[in-house]
Amino acid sequence: MTRTTPTRCDLLIIGAGPAGMAAALAAAGSGMRIAVVDDNPAPGGQIWRDGPGVQLPPLARQHRRALARHTNIEILCGTRVVGLGERASTGDAASLILENATRGWTQHASRLILCTGARELLLPFPGWTLPGVTGAGGLQALIKAGLNVRDQRIVVAGTGPLLLAAASTARKAGAQVLRVAEMASWGALAAFAAQLVRWPAKAWQAPTLLHPGLRANAHVLEALGSTQVKAVRLQRGNTVEQLACERIACGFGLVPNTHLGQMLGCILGERSGLQVDALMQTTVPGIYAAGECTGFGGSERALVQGAIAGHAAAGESAAAQALQHPLARWNAFADALHRHFPLRAEALAALPRPDTFVCRCEDVAHGALQARSSWIDAKLHTRCGMGACQGRICGAAAQVLYGWAPQPARHLLSPARIATLADAGSEPTHESVPRI
Amino acid sequence: MKNTAAMVEVQVGAARVLVRVPAGSSVAAALAQQPPGCTRLSVSGQWRAPLCGMGVCHECRVLINGRERLACQTVCEDGMHITTSSAQPAGTT
Repeated sequence: MTRTTPTRCDLLIIGAGPAGMAAALAAAGSGMRIAVVDDNPAPGGQIWRDGPGVQLPPLARQHRRALARHTNIEILCGTRVVGLGERASTGDAASLILENATRGWTQHASRLILCTGARELLLPFPGWTLPGVTGAGGLQALIKAGLNVRDQRIVVAGTGPLLLAAASTARKAGAQVLRVAEMASWGALAAFAAQLVRWPAKAWQAPTLLHPGLRANAHVLEALGSTQVKAVRLQRGNTVEQLACERIACGFGLVPNTHLGQMLGCILGERSGLQVDALMQTTVPGIYAAGECTGFGGSERALVQGAIAGHAAAGESAAAQALQHPLARWNAFADALHRHFPLRAEALAALPRPDTFVCRCEDVAHGALQARSSWIDAKLHTRCGMGACQGRICGAAAQVLYGWAPQPARHLLSPARIATLADAGSEPTHESVPRI
Repeated sequence: MKNTAAMVEVQVGAARVLVRVPAGSSVAAALAQQPPGCTRLSVSGQWRAPLCGMGVCHECRVLINGRERLACQTVCEDGMHITTSSAQPAGTT
């Protein structure tokens, strides 16, 4: 049977992680026609990523079942936003060009909620382009999606609570996690742990994540190997440790995904996230934001923010206001996260050698970038940030390494097929597009 | 009824390998069955493999049934044809 996806909806939600799911469910009672777009194969975002390597938590299953029950919510997975389309009417908050595996179209919406999440901060060090080096959350996502790591030796490194979560996922999948190298000090870790009693749900999770290989004041120096990872060198206090391993999972925290919001004209607020008010409205009328794209703070905060945004976008401001208390509680948790896992930029900036690639798409080395004065200067002279990822990885790295302010994204947001742009350009004469 | 496995064909240059994965596995997971699971050659000729695992870095782009897609964001389907970016073996070391 061929179903059709209308190219117009009342509420368009970008991202089906906890924030996007909560937003859709909160708005569903209003009867709005809701479309939720997500580029992952299934709803859940990263924390609730489904796959053969994961047993979804009950809360995730509840949310997915609830979404499926609402006939006015359409979930479009495997679909990404590639750019801004032509607005069909002045009442549209946004018109976005979408693309899935088979086609592209322009989606018009009266209201828009951005739940675009966050990506990992991945920083260059010698050997980081070798197969076997992944992000920490990256390894977790790959394992959930079926990557077999049984009996592999893995070293997890970087900073933030995600390291322990990644180590736990790898260990449950049968890997031998040799070391978790956390850049923060024991003092910072202890202070963070001591605060967890304020959020019992988090405190309860913590002991299950503790890993005997955890070392504080430790960071990655180099991945060794010629065509794949064979070993890692770690700095531990004043000593250097070398461990033979098959994989290095290295992440330095999260970067809010704000490119789409910025392209739509939304202003950034605190912690490099999209600026929102108490009702999750961005600085652009009709556009709301919720979850990690407003500055990372965990899934509990994302669920509350999403619900507030959903109610607010549906015009139910009393219901949105009623959630301010739990929001304040989880905002405080976000504050604690940011306080106890600060980046030690000076140590990280010393990691790449002159020949270490910083831009992995265009293979631009650290030595070529040190001579440049700004992000734009680097793009013009070296092609840094002009490859397939559009600077998502190296742009965030360049901010840490060179202090270059990130620039708002430009069209297109991601690589797209010519046919998508042709199809999108033919809107709005098409009432609907067929969906397989 | 949900299948418990999918069989996909991974083509690396002239060599074709049939790979069996649990249902719902990503193409990245299928490629990793030939360690280290390379996906593409970089512009300066380095082999690369999935990095971010969540559709951001594009290191895992491969041809799937003739179309460029991300291995980490694509679920294996029975009979899928996956081609990595060069004539060299995906499991080359």
